[in-house]
Amino acid sequence: MQETTWNGEPLKNGDPPRGYLEAKGFWAWAYTLDHKRIGVMYLYTTLFFFLAGGVFALLIRIKLMFPGQHIFTNQTYNVLFTMHGALMIFLFVIPAIPSGLGNFFIPLQIGARDVAFPRINLMSYWVFVAGIVVILFSLVRPMDTGWTFYTPYSARTAADVTTLSFGIFLIGMSSILTGLNFLVTIHKLRAPGMTWHRMPLFIWSMYATSIIQVLATPVVGITFLLLAMERVLGVGFFDPAKGGDPILFQHFFWFYSHPVVYVMILPAMGIISEIVPAFSRKPIFGYKAIAYSSMAIAVFGFFVWGHHMFVTGMSGTAAILFSLLTYSVAIPTAIKVFNWIATMYRGSITFESPMLYALTFIFLFVIGGLTGMYLGALGADIHVHDTYFIVAHFHYTMVGGTVMGLLAGLHYWFPKMTGRMLSEKMGRPAWLLIFIGFNVTFFTQFILGFEGMPRRYAEYPAQYQALNILSTVGSWILATGILIMFANFVRGLFRGALAPPNPWKALSLEWETGSPPATENFEEIPTVTDWPYGYAGRQT
Amino acid sequence: MSGQSTHHGPGAAGHEAHMDPATAREAATLGIWTFLATEVLLFGGLFTSYIIYRIKYPQIFYEGHLKLDHVLGAINTVVLIGSSLTVALGIAAIRKGKVGLLRLYLFLTLLLAGTFLGIKYVEYTEKFSHGLYPDTDIFFSLYFMLTGLHGLHVLAGMVLLGAVLFLAGRGRYSESYHTPVEISGLYWHFVDLVWIYLFPLLYLLG
Amino acid sequence: MKEHDSGTRTYIVVWGALVMLTVVTVAVSYVHLGMMNVFVALLIASAKASLVALFFMHLRYENRLVWGFALAPLFFLVLIVVGTLSDTLFR
Ligand code: HEM
Ligand SMILES: [Cu+2]
Repeated sequence: MQETTWNGEPLKNGDPPRGYLEAKGFWAWAYTLDHKRIGVMYLYTTLFFFLAGGVFALLIRIKLMFPGQHIFTNQTYNVLFTMHGALMIFLFVIPAIPSGLGNFFIPLQIGARDVAFPRINLMSYWVFVAGIVVILFSLVRPMDTGWTFYTPYSARTAADVTTLSFGIFLIGMSSILTGLNFLVTIHKLRAPGMTWHRMPLFIWSMYATSIIQVLATPVVGITFLLLAMERVLGVGFFDPAKGGDPILFQHFFWFYSHPVVYVMILPAMGIISEIVPAFSRKPIFGYKAIAYSSMAIAVFGFFVWGHHMFVTGMSGTAAILFSLLTYSVAIPTAIKVFNWIATMYRGSITFESPMLYALTFIFLFVIGGLTGMYLGALGADIHVHDTYFIVAHFHYTMVGGTVMGLLAGLHYWFPKMTGRMLSEKMGRPAWLLIFIGFNVTFFTQFILGFEGMPRRYAEYPAQYQALNILSTVGSWILATGILIMFANFVRGLFRGALAPPNPWKALSLEWETGSPPATENFEEIPTVTDWPYGYAGRQT
Repeated sequence: MSGQSTHHGPGAAGHEAHMDPATAREAATLGIWTFLATEVLLFGGLFTSYIIYRIKYPQIFYEGHLKLDHVLGAINTVVLIGSSLTVALGIAAIRKGKVGLLRLYLFLTLLLAGTFLGIKYVEYTEKFSHGLYPDTDIFFSLYFMLTGLHGLHVLAGMVLLGAVLFLAGRGRYSESYHTPVEISGLYWHFVDLVWIYLFPLLYLLG
Repeated sequence: MKEHDSGTRTYIVVWGALVMLTVVTVAVSYVHLGMMNVFVALLIASAKASLVALFFMHLRYENRLVWGFALAPLFFLVLIVVGTLSDTLFR
């Protein structure tokens, strides 16, 4: 294939134009104000912690294969699961889609040249990095509190919770700055003609996500500040010895951390809402229902935090109240699932990797969501709280949901971001291994939890061993799939076939510019006249 | 990709030029109000603690508030309100293009802000000398956390307004462009707003 | 932020009102009204806050969008207080 032009541009020594990737060197990245580069930096950073957290997970699983044997100390086990949870949640799952893909694609999808405040955007990235450095610094002394950092233990442990608190404060600040930037960007920088009801659903979901980031994160900021002050100055809000209330910490923590599960899941839902119609070649079914349910989830998500605290000695009034409210969040979630399925119904579906991950998302997230409903019921939760049932539940939602959504998005947008295609030959087997590995690893944990195996212990009675071995083997299958997938990414970056501007024939604006896009995104800001889902019915 | 626009190099200069001035101003206004929203919830955690413990320990709060200096608190309230006025007047001045007046008002604001922190310093040393520390009891935990966090905001505001003052001296602001002045002004008023609640909650209510 | 007459006089009047209200709230605190003390103090503080927001912060001249952004956090502030109280009050 000897071509001399590519998308109308002359080739330079046989290479297509590199668009925003043209400038090279450390400073061209570290100092960039380009939302696309900042997004890419976020992606590299967060994916690094995905791999790091994954290594911890594999170690945990190996230990759990051999109860009673001294592979490492129980203290080491505590450190491992704390590191796994904290790194995965704060440095990977929360920031990856919003700060990574969101940064890259919000301006492209709304037809803008950049976010509203590029400087703040860059600052948010470096604040994020500063937070990471502080957190890693705090981990010099082993951290053993669990990722929830419950008082009073976290106020007393010899681990360096004080430094860690400041790290989390910084990460939170970065998250706030990003959310703020996106809110203003979506309000002020939409291309001419792009009314609210012509916005891609990914934008709606990012808008809802940003609201949560802006309103919930400050609360976790002050919570960790108070925790640090409790250790440094002896402030007594969470200390029963001083008349404080350890459960207050949990209220604050979950006021943030429940809404934050929607920071994790809403952007993923947005990605699914893009991919499903594109690969079914059908207009999205129930556009408004999906858009508004994102907003509803964002708001209702603030009303249910108490369901994490049923067993803490919280008042009965609050327990019943929060249990009932929890069901209200289920409705908008169910609406989305039904709409995706209706979109696929009688579509001419093709099964490239983005769609495979999108379907996996729907399947796994439904299981995660249904078990969540089960847990939201007061009586059931008291039975399985702090067992492996919980571990399985949140892995079905966070890995089956968020991570699958992220992978769907990465496969979908890889050609746009890099200018090169991924290999389907590698992509499909990788997906299959991930799908099987995930279910083997975590479905067994539902059963274990139901049989009463408690979480967060290094040891357990022998009766649970068989299923644990199965789960560990599953984690190896999963890890193999993920490795192949990353190999595919690396291969694609260097050797992938050149990507046309719109490989999936999708209709939103990011596909109307080059792959990769030019630094200023669009040569001319497009004028929008229609919604982005007008796929012309069925084609053959 | 042909007409690479010059303002989009990897360097920092002039990137914001991707918005027209009117949009940029609206965006900035929306941005600062969003930021203030996050501040409300940052203090919100402390206010929630205040309410809960006030209901739980009325006696401690009663005794605690007697140990605070109502007069100094009231003076500080007036000082901060005054600084809000000078900032507002400064913005009114620059809206008419009067840079000199803006600088005068900003200088006065910094002076008042400094006074506020000075008085806070006197109050803190006074408390420490009576053995009242953040770990004394719940009331003093709250007192020091609330006023401390607020004090940090005063400090941040001073840095911000100081920078604006400096840049105003460099001739950066005019009748047609003064968004940063307005934005930092809004932040400063917010700092005042928080104190308007802190004063009665801590000093007056027994 | 339209160009409007942000008159110096208005600002000074508002400032006067703020100082007056400060004096009033101090004075009232010496009168024993029981629970009413809390109520009055918060009422006065809110009046002062509204003055600052409406005049000094120009909220008066802003559009609905900015109003929305300004008021939304208050709702969530109430939410966290009420949600937490639903536990601590009834324990
Ligand atoms: C590579 C796949 C993964 C495997 C094999 C794995 C395995 C595990 C295991 C064995 C535990 C310990 C349970 C316990 O004893 O308490 C755990 C906990 C946890 N995992 Fe994963 N995990 C994986 C991916 C993820 C991802 C992507 C996330 C991000 C959302 C995540 C979040 C968590 C959290 C939050 C906990 C609970 C930590 C705690 O309670 O302290 N995991 N995981
Ligand atoms: Cu939850």
